[in-house]
Amino acid sequence: MTEPLLSVKDLKVSFYTRAGENQAVRGVSLHIDEGETVGIVGESGSGKSVTAKAIMGLISPPGQIIGGEIDFAGQSLVGLTEREWRRLRGNRIAMVFQDPMTSLNPVKKIGDQMTEVIRRHRGLAKEAARKEAIEMLRRVGITRPEQRLDQYPHEFSGGMRQRVMIAMALSCQPELLIADEPTTALDVTIQAQILDLLKQLKANSRMSIVLITHDLGVVAQVCSRVVVMYGGMVMEEGTAEDIFYRPKHPYTQGLLRSLPKRQGGTRERLVPIEGTPPDLLDPPQGCPFRDRCPHAMPKCAELPPHFEVGPGHRALCWLNDEGVQAQLRREPELEGSAAHDRE
Amino acid sequence: MTGSNAKDVLVDVQGLKKHFVKGRDVWGRSNEVLKAVDGVSFQIRRGETFGLVGESGSGKSTVGRCLIRLYDYTDGTVRFDGHDLTKLGEKQLKPFRRRIQTIFQDPYSSLNPGMNVLELIGEPMNIHGLYARADERKEAVAALLERVGLKREHLYRYPHEFSGGQRQRISIARALSVRPDFVVCDEPISALDVSVQAQVVNMLEDLQNEFGLTYLFIAHDLSMVRHISDRIGVLYGGRLVEVADSDELYENPLHPYTKALLSSIPVPDPRAVQERAEWKADGGEDIPELREASPGHFVALP
Repeated sequence: MTEPLLSVKDLKVSFYTRAGENQAVRGVSLHIDEGETVGIVGESGSGKSVTAKAIMGLISPPGQIIGGEIDFAGQSLVGLTEREWRRLRGNRIAMVFQDPMTSLNPVKKIGDQMTEVIRRHRGLAKEAARKEAIEMLRRVGITRPEQRLDQYPHEFSGGMRQRVMIAMALSCQPELLIADEPTTALDVTIQAQILDLLKQLKANSRMSIVLITHDLGVVAQVCSRVVVMYGGMVMEEGTAEDIFYRPKHPYTQGLLRSLPKRQGGTRERLVPIEGTPPDLLDPPQGCPFRDRCPHAMPKCAELPPHFEVGPGHRALCWLNDEGVQAQLRREPELEGSAAHDRE
Repeated sequence: MTGSNAKDVLVDVQGLKKHFVKGRDVWGRSNEVLKAVDGVSFQIRRGETFGLVGESGSGKSTVGRCLIRLYDYTDGTVRFDGHDLTKLGEKQLKPFRRRIQTIFQDPYSSLNPGMNVLELIGEPMNIHGLYARADERKEAVAALLERVGLKREHLYRYPHEFSGGQRQRISIARALSVRPDFVVCDEPISALDVSVQAQVVNMLEDLQNEFGLTYLFIAHDLSMVRHISDRIGVLYGGRLVEVADSDELYENPLHPYTKALLSSIPVPDPRAVQERAEWKADGGEDIPELREASPGHFVALP
């Protein structure tokens, strides 16, 4: 087995606010192999975006990485100076954010912004950088790139701006692309085009992609592997097939069940996950999902380890422990005994 | 609409247009007009949920705002329960302002942060003179709070103390406080977490059955719209391109734009192979009037 391109071990990130310590990421471990597309799914407050920011070295006060390791291609990323980060960020690790309007400079032509990036990171001369920018825009499906280089961001639609952002991110041939909700602000038809673009990039290069999203549909369409986060922790990790067809964590199961069914006919009632996500200023001991979990039992007050439930498939839930399973066979009434109706 | 089923129609929109003036010349004449809604007609039957879908700029929120007369419209009529609201002044509109309520997308900006829950939910009751005595009103508010899954002890709390889902419950209680007939739900779940959306959708369905409500459900999340709506209208460029029963629309879309829109929804199934229908917008297309292609299924094909 070769070394993964990126590995995160027991990452902990907290934000020190007036209200107290917000433990946004509480011990996250994950890895990204070369050439694979991994989805990190979670709702707001799950810690998915903070994890991505930590990988990019973008945690700034009041936020702080308080523990763990991040290794990228054999190099430790925790504790790099801003100078060292600048050599890495944009160059070998690139990022695309949700809102392309706020990440582009509104008073500079697209071409100038792109060539600046290409010249800084790849040391090309002005003309060569412009040629490269044209080529990149063409690759992400922008027509008449020569003319569009001389336009300003406001002359582009939302979908086109996101293409420009992707083109800029790709112009330095990064080994890792982190896309944080890249299609959330876009209309569905435009989203479909951007997802197609990502799939195409994936097929034509060795670049690894981390796609952060709350949309299970997006994940299913693009990602080969999925990491499910909740309450600052990884609840479950596996291939897309594992997660969608053999989910082993009650949170993953609940998320999938709460989606409206596609079949028509009689209107089936939705099955929601009751309750609300945990308060990370005062996170619960043990499993973060236990307050909302229909299977919760006294054992859940203790944080479970990640159980290996299949090759590369792990879940943070006691239900996958052989001892607990044996106990549940003897005392089935235990399962769900600690589940309380919060409403 | 003929006499026999006219009684079933609660909201009747005919030829609705809303144009915004974007620029004026030196004489103050408008020379640049944004046609946000440009001739939309549909009916909403009593007790049903009519879904309105479309992408940004399609005019779906503008239609909703015209129905609650947040905007005066450029042309067309809106009849509510047989009454023409188009020409009514604010005073004559007041009874309808009680019967038509709204739930907005963002539960963070739609609740006054300086009011507690009792004041927020009690305010519309007060405006419409529903409960004369303060203690009666408080009881009614507490009962409503419990109905939407919150507790009596939340009465004196402020919006910032609640999560997004709980705030949306407060918005719903506020809308229902004056016993409306018709609720315009403008993207009511888009700002909520996935795990909370289903809770709110179930509650909206329960409340509809309990109070006999009629909904206009405006949304861009197409899978949830299918779930909640009886019928759906697809808006494109300020015009309706297709109207049908929701299952019929999803299983048998006729307009190329509807086909493209529906086939763009990413399916939460890694084994699904998605065939996407292409739609090339050229911006200058003229959308014709809706014609009935099969019973109850209307489409605007050239």
